[in-house]
Amino acid sequence: METMPSSGTATVELPTDEQILITREFDAPKELVFKAFTMPELVKRWWHANRGEMTVAEIYLQVGGKWRYVMVADGGVEVGFHGEYREIVPNERLVSIEVFEGYPDEEAVNTATFTEVDGRTTLTILVQHSSKEARDAHIDSGMEAGMQDALDLLEQGAVSLGR
Amino acid sequence: MPGVARAATTADAFNAVAEPRRREILDALAGGERSVNDLVRLLGLAQPQVSKHLRVLREVGAVDVRQAGRQRLYRLNGQALKPIHDWVKPYEQSWSERFDRLDVVLEELKQKEEGDGNDAE
Repeated sequence: METMPSSGTATVELPTDEQILITREFDAPKELVFKAFTMPELVKRWWHANRGEMTVAEIYLQVGGKWRYVMVADGGVEVGFHGEYREIVPNERLVSIEVFEGYPDEEAVNTATFTEVDGRTTLTILVQHSSKEARDAHIDSGMEAGMQDALDLLEQGAVSLGR
Repeated sequence: MPGVARAATTADAFNAVAEPRRREILDALAGGERSVNDLVRLLGLAQPQVSKHLRVLREVGAVDVRQAGRQRLYRLNGQALKPIHDWVKPYEQSWSERFDRLDVVLEELKQKEEGDGNDAE
């Protein structure tokens, strides 16, 4: 009960100029990973990546159904993302449109796949942007978030993990 | 303006790998040394094209070459690609933190399922 789950490392690759591929293995069956990925009250607990608080997680899990996430970052800045689901294969595959509300004209297509071997699940998320510029801006936004008050975030992360 | 700073210091490596075929060559070399003929076969490109791409990659140091008998063998030089790695790193870090939290959620879900199983007995 007290032991922390071993944390793996997410790997990020750039297969083409318009793509980002994120991969991570989890010590859990794919049904649970899919559940944590698609149930709002669970998404709210992990998606913020210790960089703020998620105030909105709306998920209508059906083809054509909308989703919206809003996070208030630690500096008070609100960032919103929304989109809709294009394809849903429960516990296997989820294809969705994602719009960062700071750049509302740009749409990315996210394809998440959940592959289980021996009770462990590999999650891959392929992000397909419409241009290299949009892809690069997406990665740059990660850089800014990463540099912002890094020490505070680490501290806050440690506190919330210990909760 | 991270984009500007990046371009000023590492434009060469970024430009070299911006071309999809050159990335295919780097992928092929990630598995070990290859001759030009190997790469021609693997990529399905004409030899002059492969040679042209290899020249660009050599100029930025992304690949090294050595003579082995009658063949020239090319290999990946990961150090030259470090600027790209450094660029992606903070983005990767934010996903790592996100997934570390997801681990905690999953651990609770697993324990809950085990608990439910016991209750059913």
